[in-house]
Amino acid sequence: MRQRGVMPYFALLPMLATVGVAYLGAFAWTFYVSLTGSRSIASNKFVGMANYTRLFDNERWQLSAHNLAIYGVLFILACLVIGFLLAACIDRQVTGEGALRTVFLYPYAMSFVATGLVWQWIFTPDGIPGLDFDWLVDQDKVIYTIAIASIWQASGFVMALMLAGLRGVDPEIWKAARLDGIPVWRVYLSIVLPMLGPTVATVLILLATMVVKLYDAVVSMTQGGPGIASEVPAKFIMDHLFLRANIGLASAAAVMLLVTVLMLLAPYAYARSRRRIA
Amino acid sequence: MFKRSKLAVACGLALFVVGVAQAGAGTASPALNAEVIHWWTSGGESAAVKQLEGAYRAAGGNWIDTAIAGGDQARAVTLNRIVGGKAPAAAQFNISKQFLDVVEQDMLMPLDDIAKQQDWDRTLPEPIAHVIKVDGHYYALPLDIHMQTWIWYSKAAFKKAGITKEPATMDELFAALDKLKAAGLIPLAHGGQAWQENVLFAGVLANVGGKQLYMQVMRDRDQKAINSEAMRKVLVAYKRLQSYVDPNAPGRNWNDATALLVSGKAGVQIMGDWAKGEFTAAKQKPGVDFGCIAGLGPDVPYLVQGDAFVFPRSDRGDVQQAQKLMARTLVAPTTLISFNKLKGSLPPRVDLDTSSLDVCSQAGAAIMRGKSRLAGAPEVYLTPDQNGALQDAITAFWNTSMPVERAQKALAAALRN
Repeated sequence: MRQRGVMPYFALLPMLATVGVAYLGAFAWTFYVSLTGSRSIASNKFVGMANYTRLFDNERWQLSAHNLAIYGVLFILACLVIGFLLAACIDRQVTGEGALRTVFLYPYAMSFVATGLVWQWIFTPDGIPGLDFDWLVDQDKVIYTIAIASIWQASGFVMALMLAGLRGVDPEIWKAARLDGIPVWRVYLSIVLPMLGPTVATVLILLATMVVKLYDAVVSMTQGGPGIASEVPAKFIMDHLFLRANIGLASAAAVMLLVTVLMLLAPYAYARSRRRIA
Repeated sequence: MFKRSKLAVACGLALFVVGVAQAGAGTASPALNAEVIHWWTSGGESAAVKQLEGAYRAAGGNWIDTAIAGGDQARAVTLNRIVGGKAPAAAQFNISKQFLDVVEQDMLMPLDDIAKQQDWDRTLPEPIAHVIKVDGHYYALPLDIHMQTWIWYSKAAFKKAGITKEPATMDELFAALDKLKAAGLIPLAHGGQAWQENVLFAGVLANVGGKQLYMQVMRDRDQKAINSEAMRKVLVAYKRLQSYVDPNAPGRNWNDATALLVSGKAGVQIMGDWAKGEFTAAKQKPGVDFGCIAGLGPDVPYLVQGDAFVFPRSDRGDVQQAQKLMARTLVAPTTLISFNKLKGSLPPRVDLDTSSLDVCSQAGAAIMRGKSRLAGAPEVYLTPDQNGALQDAITAFWNTSMPVERAQKALAAALRN
């Protein structure tokens, strides 16, 4: 190895140490705790896979995972579509672009603990006079209310990222398309959107992390209710960490959540590595 | 010779040090700082905790108040600080298994001197003594006792529905609920949150199942009892109550449910004695504007639970001194009475004079003195984890169309671990 090649790695050491200790170390510790019978204090009592067996038998955990899947698909798709449409509209040089951009982005700047309460009012049976919209107290529909509220919050953020991507598209392409008489929607769909690939990938990753850490919306809107109808994995973990003093089971749930994320990310990472080789 | 003089000097020095230390303690002590973590933050509660603070200050200590809103949050902070070696001098816990782990790690100071002096084996109600005494040592100082499953009713609503007699059995309660429904009122004011559904369930189990079944299920976690026909009846009665709840109940806070009784819009609420504070705040009087029933029948178990202070072990002399002073101060009957009067709960000792309390509290105190009806609330017997699993099963049963058989199975599974 040449001497020159060592220095960059040396400079990376602090970052590597942070990753090693704070991320990998914390993960290793969580995994270790998940194999113990720890209650409110981490202990060394080894119980093998007992926490995992209990987790998979747990009805609330199953429902939480199910809810997260529904929420995740709806949230990501709707945010992408709405965000892209908003960005495309603004990109058509509408008047008052600045004001519109601010309005659309504003929900993202607010804490969900505050806006969640507003959504709670809207969705309760007597929320809006004359409009009987009671999904919040409905077992089967409550998870959609959380999705709707979150989509409202995150769409503007997706729009901002997409807009930045659209502004990077070469104006010559638009001119060429106009000369060829291609309709606008077709240009967006077949030319611009594929060019936005990296932006879409970034948005996807950011939205996916938002899905996994879904917690504040549920706590502020439903507290997991009615019953356990709107429980999500992050809330399961938090409840067992603090309320229920079962660090072992909470750690097992956290590990399972990470494994799911890795499984979802693996195809993406694989595709990227293939592309780099090619 | 030389050796002896050295010894004399050492002895002299030792005496001097002890003397100074004693003088320091005697001239009462700006040094006896005691940090106390608690979650008594609502209006009535903070007025109550001021009584404790005042008593400790009067005894020459300096109370450093760390009030943290929300029991879960406060307990998480306490546990983290104990484990991290920065424990407060005293911290609030519920009289439950919440602090059992810290006891097992030997991180709490036993209170055996005080227990002996106050004769806790005799003066504390049995379920309370049972949970704070681990391996023969007392580890917590009980401050108040709450009863979780009072049946509150609005006299105005009862009058409007034409109910003249206070229900004395479960059937009469259902009859009263039917009348309330017919009168267009909300029969049962319920807050649809998981913990409240758990409270309601404990109430139904106590009232319909009786003490024996209650103890078999909650204390012994007896699978046979949980799968029994008697338990099935309890679950059916519990689910029947749901038909008396208004559609806006899910997510409602307990005090908003109590407010429905205060305004006469709803008839009945099953909730702990802290609900009384809401009536009192609205200038309503127990026995006049609202009624309280401890149980439907003379043998229905009286489910107690309460708050206590624990004193984490410290190797610092001044902290130990402060802890001892605080424990001595807070067990004084006058302190306990003035604290509980403001909090709406009962003092933890059955031998105190409770004649200055209101009619509901006095009725509760009489039952406590009788002893035979005493039982612990679910948290007294279950670990937070077991209680949480029970809560998940119960709230799912309450809110969905789950058949009773499946609920029974879910309950059995929740209490198996």
